[in-house]
Amino acid sequence: MENRAVSDRRKFILKMARSAGIAALGGFVWSAYVDEVTASQLLLRPPGAIKEEDFLKTCIKCGLCVEACPYNTLLLAKPGDNKPMGTPYFIPRDIPCYMCPDIPCVPICPSGALDEASVTTDGVLDIKAADMGLAVIDDESCIAFWGIQCDACYRACPLLGEAISVEYKKNDRTGKHAFLTPIVHSNICTGCGLCEKACVTEKAAIFVLPREVAMGKAGNYYIKGWEKGDEKRLENAKEIKTTTEISKDSAVNSLNSDSEDF
Amino acid sequence: MTTIWNSYRYLILRRATQIGLLLLYFGANAWGWTILMGNLSSSLFINIVPLSDPYVALQMIAAGAVLATDIIIGALIITMFYLVIGGRAFCSWVCPVNLITDAAAYLRRKLNIDGISKRQPASRNMRYWVLVLSLIISLMMGVTAFEFISPISMLHRGIIFGLGFGWASALIIFLFDLFVLKNGWCGYVCPLGGFYSLVGKFSLIRVHHTMENCTSCMKCKTVCPEQQVLYMIAKESTDVLRGECTNCARCIEVCDDEALGFSIRKLVKNKRTGE
Repeated sequence: MENRAVSDRRKFILKMARSAGIAALGGFVWSAYVDEVTASQLLLRPPGAIKEEDFLKTCIKCGLCVEACPYNTLLLAKPGDNKPMGTPYFIPRDIPCYMCPDIPCVPICPSGALDEASVTTDGVLDIKAADMGLAVIDDESCIAFWGIQCDACYRACPLLGEAISVEYKKNDRTGKHAFLTPIVHSNICTGCGLCEKACVTEKAAIFVLPREVAMGKAGNYYIKGWEKGDEKRLENAKEIKTTTEISKDSAVNSLNSDSEDF
Repeated sequence: MTTIWNSYRYLILRRATQIGLLLLYFGANAWGWTILMGNLSSSLFINIVPLSDPYVALQMIAAGAVLATDIIIGALIITMFYLVIGGRAFCSWVCPVNLITDAAAYLRRKLNIDGISKRQPASRNMRYWVLVLSLIISLMMGVTAFEFISPISMLHRGIIFGLGFGWASALIIFLFDLFVLKNGWCGYVCPLGGFYSLVGKFSLIRVHHTMENCTSCMKCKTVCPEQQVLYMIAKESTDVLRGECTNCARCIEVCDDEALGFSIRKLVKNKRTGE
């Protein structure tokens, strides 16, 4: 009878250990996959999309935004696309966002992953407030920077003259021609991608990237002293203490010492 | 003709429901129909009523998302619905994977694969482990974990929005069910089925067994995808109360002796007997 009990207990322990083992293996593979697939950063989301990190937990992957889009711009990530499964995105070189004034893709979102408030100005839907990404220009492949006249992106921009302007510069190579080069203004550009679609080069020389990928950050230590109010950012700056040990030798000693000491 | 109708009536109705729903969803994306838009994760019925998968909502909570009102209302509607018609009615009447797994189970019976190897070396409780695991991973990774690997969503989304490599997951499930484990995906692994099993514990519509009519032919057990729920066959007259029953009603139609039928669970009596 006692033997029997021991064997039952052993069986139970073995069973639990087995289950735990399988769960650990499965859980590890599963989370590794999820981690990989959510690491992809170069995704353009529909207008009004909340921060990518929150988007991934909030988007319910129902595709209502995709169905609402009249231009078939939006796609849902399929298996094999190597993007977070089932989430909406668009590829501007194929079909850009045409910036509908009524933004049909946003109000239909049931989960709040596309946030109506973020594309609303004074109580009215305002597609100009959208931030899908930011157009950047590769000035080496942009033929306008070569001196060839092209303003395809400038003309294609739905915020004509605001998001992209053209700068006039003398072409010193010929001495008698001008460079008419496009410049993107990051505070206006919505990342709709019409410029990328319109770009005449083989691979677009102007293309949309997610804003956080496209932009750097100066931090709080560099201040535009000539701009009133910019100094306020200093308040956010935290003191940094150097942890490197300072040599106790005098400066002269260090000059006279053998360079091998360094 | 009546006999064919009699022995396949629920199967025909189920296929009609499954394919009809797929068609409505497909039409919404392809031709702009507005009867049922979205997909099984979240839908919009006749442009007004939100419907959401409560299991996805659970994962979202675990992941730390703020649930929108539409999602909460939608998830409640769906939960209430399945509390009435039987939790896993979703599995046999709505889920597109059921078409695949039923095909695999049918072929398995025809090829007599169970005759060759009878042992099922796995526990049907695995799905509850997967369910818990999915919530833990959602919590730790801050994403809806199962939605990233769910072959159900892949297939359903695929049919509506474009399949990609989604066909591979369907094929894997078919082969797994056919050769590896009988009713393997739906009966052992799927956490959504596990979730609806838990809902199904409390639901109203039940299959009822009348022992007096039973001739112990065991046809019902052969076709049942969750045989363990039919433990009472030829033993006692009672409702099939286990949550794993999918209310697919195959047992009812294969029965030649009127020993099985749908009934409404008797709540008062259940309270007295403590069930």
